[in-house]
Amino acid sequence: MIRRLMLRTVAHLDGPLTGLLLALLAISVAVVYSASGENTTRAVTHVVNIGTALAAMLLISHVPPQRLMQFALPAYVLGILLLLAVALFGIVVNGSRRWLDLGFMRVQPSELMRLAVPMMLAWYLQYKQETLNWRNFLVAFALLAIPLAFIARQPDLGTTLLIAASGFFVLFLGGLPWKVIVGFAVAAGASLPLAWTYLLQDYQRQRVMTLVDPTSDPLGAGYHIIQSTIAVGSGGVAGKGWMAGTQTHLDFLPERSTDFIFAVYSEEFGLIGNLFLLLLYGAIVWRGLWLASGATSLFGRLLAGAIVLTFFTYLFVNMGMVSGILPVVGVPLPLVSYGGTSLVTVLLGFGIVMSLASHKKLVKT
Amino acid sequence: MSAPRLINPEQEFQRYRRRLQVAGICAGLALAGLFARFFWLQVVQFDHYHALAESNRIALVPAPPPRGVIYDRRNVVLAHNYSAYTLEIVPDQVERLEDTLAGLAEIVAISPGDLRRFRKLLAERRDFESIPIRNQLSEEEAARFAVNRYRFPGVEVKARQFRHYPFADSFAHVVGYIGRINQKDQEQLREDGLFANYRGTDHIGKLGIEARYERWLHGRTGFEKVETDSGGRAVRLLSRKAPVPGYNIYLHLDSELQQIAEKVFGDYRGALVALDPRNGGVLALVSKPGFDPNLFVDGIDVPTWRELNESPDRPLVNRALRGVYPPGSTIKQFMGLAGLELGLRRPGDTIVDPGYFSLPGSTHRYRDWKKEGHGIVDLKKSIAQSCDTYYYILAHQMGIERMAEFLGRFGFGVRTGIDLDGELAGLMPTPEWKRARFNQPWYAGETVIAGIGQGYMLATPLQLAVATMALANDGVRYQPQMIRAWREPVSGRLAYAAPRELGRIPLSSEHLRVIKQAMVEVMQPGGTAARAGAGAPYSFAGKTGTAQVIGIRQGARYDESRIAARHRDHALFVGFAPVEDPRIVVAVMVENGGSGSGTAAPIARKVIDYWLLGKLPGVYAPEEPTPGVRAEDEPDHDEPAAAAESAAAAATAPEGETQR
Repeated sequence: MIRRLMLRTVAHLDGPLTGLLLALLAISVAVVYSASGENTTRAVTHVVNIGTALAAMLLISHVPPQRLMQFALPAYVLGILLLLAVALFGIVVNGSRRWLDLGFMRVQPSELMRLAVPMMLAWYLQYKQETLNWRNFLVAFALLAIPLAFIARQPDLGTTLLIAASGFFVLFLGGLPWKVIVGFAVAAGASLPLAWTYLLQDYQRQRVMTLVDPTSDPLGAGYHIIQSTIAVGSGGVAGKGWMAGTQTHLDFLPERSTDFIFAVYSEEFGLIGNLFLLLLYGAIVWRGLWLASGATSLFGRLLAGAIVLTFFTYLFVNMGMVSGILPVVGVPLPLVSYGGTSLVTVLLGFGIVMSLASHKKLVKT
Repeated sequence: MSAPRLINPEQEFQRYRRRLQVAGICAGLALAGLFARFFWLQVVQFDHYHALAESNRIALVPAPPPRGVIYDRRNVVLAHNYSAYTLEIVPDQVERLEDTLAGLAEIVAISPGDLRRFRKLLAERRDFESIPIRNQLSEEEAARFAVNRYRFPGVEVKARQFRHYPFADSFAHVVGYIGRINQKDQEQLREDGLFANYRGTDHIGKLGIEARYERWLHGRTGFEKVETDSGGRAVRLLSRKAPVPGYNIYLHLDSELQQIAEKVFGDYRGALVALDPRNGGVLALVSKPGFDPNLFVDGIDVPTWRELNESPDRPLVNRALRGVYPPGSTIKQFMGLAGLELGLRRPGDTIVDPGYFSLPGSTHRYRDWKKEGHGIVDLKKSIAQSCDTYYYILAHQMGIERMAEFLGRFGFGVRTGIDLDGELAGLMPTPEWKRARFNQPWYAGETVIAGIGQGYMLATPLQLAVATMALANDGVRYQPQMIRAWREPVSGRLAYAAPRELGRIPLSSEHLRVIKQAMVEVMQPGGTAARAGAGAPYSFAGKTGTAQVIGIRQGARYDESRIAARHRDHALFVGFAPVEDPRIVVAVMVENGGSGSGTAAPIARKVIDYWLLGKLPGVYAPEEPTPGVRAEDEPDHDEPAAAAESAAAAATAPEGETQR
């Protein structure tokens, strides 16, 4: 009886993917514990966050795709309204207008858009599935561009790029013609100098310059990159051992529980650990894409594929940033960094993927 | 509006699969790219980043060695170290210095003098150097600051070693002082390749023994290898190389003798040098007035320094080494010896002194100090009564070149080579010197007055003592030496400095006997220093001198009462005792003291009495004994061997048992 209940509870979870995610989360607990300087309270909070996020994943895996589709449009509209509210009444923290103060809590509507945008685009492409032509892609671009414009103005470069990526993945998987993709790439390349001059904020330009030559500002913006590269490089092949990273434990590494947690992992577990982590991530992505291709509806396939590819983009951008090949943008390492919001968003995404993949059988039978 | 196309779900699914494969391949390539980057950082560049991480976490903290202690011959401490709290500021870490200073003043007492010194040090600081704002915090003040510490980033309480000179004024000119390392010292250290050894050291010897024996006293700096966090705080000690303390230095100086000499000088300015003729050791070296060397250790403030520097008494000048004075009659015994040695005089030869001397063909009278003259004068009488006319004639016969050559053998006009910096050479004039200096010929009259130590001739009190020592030693010359022994810190071994013998002036013993006898007669009834020599229970040889400060016109008379104090004659005396086996040589110079017999000779007598008899003459007895001077105690200096032994024994005693 209990067994059946439990089986039904986890019925929509994908076994291999859940196993891989749990393995990654276990690593995360160990690394957060080390990065926080053996701070048990922080580790416990992290475990609680993980539990919450897993619960969210479990819950949403039960939501059938049809119901999810119903959410797409309202969520998107609500997101746009909230972004508008931020632009009008948002509070400024650290020079960026990203938050709405609801009195009892602060919300960051751009977080909602991380899932709402791909859902909306996937819904739209499915909606126009029968008659899909270039006009529909144009509308889809507009649907993508509106929230991006709001978020870019906050300013929040990292989120803008990642939401842009997730939207692009939907369109790409939805059959965006190669001509358009190549044309866009060329146009983007050509407009880079213009974007550099007119679009980017000073601090964003600074971050890119810092990447080119970190030593130009060793105590300011370059400090993060210099110290994290040292942490990664000094880890060597085998690493310095868990809880034994000198860069980490002697406080040289900034933001080591959050955005720069990969430097902690890399310093303590070395190249072998990194290889293991890359394989783990690779397996998650591979399994995620496999599940996506099994979704019954176009909406399901597009959304699941985009979620998995966006997940990959997150981890690539974060690792690239920490190892000094990409500019510093505020992106946590998914499922490893300390922080509840990111955990919930990512696991919610995988919950959706599992739902989309598992409900086909139920639909068929 | 284009016509609705029929969408083939199968075809569309195939396209989706292809796109997914493209994305998957891209992701795989990206992961491979990341791995390549990690391989580059963690394998290829590992050594580089490993070194960077190590230099991040490991800091070498210099451990400055304790500076050597300076003792006198009886193991009395003349300079030592103690620990105390200081409040220090690293200006580079303080944003608003004025606010910080004002805030600190509310917590600990900061005097205007402290502030002035701080600003002076601020102007000449090195990068990231911490500068003391208050020294010697009380426990209470240190605790009060600790509570308020969070308010003052860049301000710290540190436990530091301080140098202290317990005798303050008495030994300033001998022991000297240390001061903070300035730009010039730094350059010198770099030049000498010693800069690394001074990491962590703030002070360096600036004067006296502290400067001369800097390298011995300083010791070798050790290092602590510590692990530090990003804030630079030491987290863990990794390894440690202990510093090697500096050598302890033992001087020939006798602190009690020095203090007695100082005391008997009273308010006079001047200098006294007492030497041990058996080895050239400096028993006392006084320059009055002195100053408090403790003022200089942590940077003297400008007004105090100006006051010292601009005082008409010139307390900063070491008169024993750098005071050059006409030696006056204190060279007559050397002149008499020259007359004998050069065959110009025999002891029994006499002259008739009418009270003056005139060069042939001139009416200018070189007057004797005794207006009516000394009558018939032989060599002994000329010294005992300090007859000027005798030496006018002798000098005229001898000529300036022979005179300069003979006196030069006794060290006149040449630095003595004492182990203290800044000594002056005085002046032994010759015609060549005058031509080079003034481009003028030498006049015969200049030879005449040189015969009584006037004119161009200049000597330091130290030179007078050294020349007298050679005479007392029958021509054997020693370089005067401050250092007597030093203790090697690691082995604890005590090493003695060898006397520096400079050779022997060939002199006839008969001539020496005559001159010494004449010097004994100086101290006896009929001699110029008879009063100072009265009742001495040992044989005492000496010579008084009086050097003119301003010229006296022909025909005028020197009237002490009518001359301003600063224009009074300088009083000089040189002497040694006991004559047959000299154990102490003394040279005294009293600026504006009036006469050698009246002022300088009694000072020398008291010093010699104290050294040989261990007591002060009756005249001096009623006064309160100086703190630290054991008037009743009989210092065991009557027996030289025993004295040396006991001093050595004292020197070998553990430092904890040092007597004060």
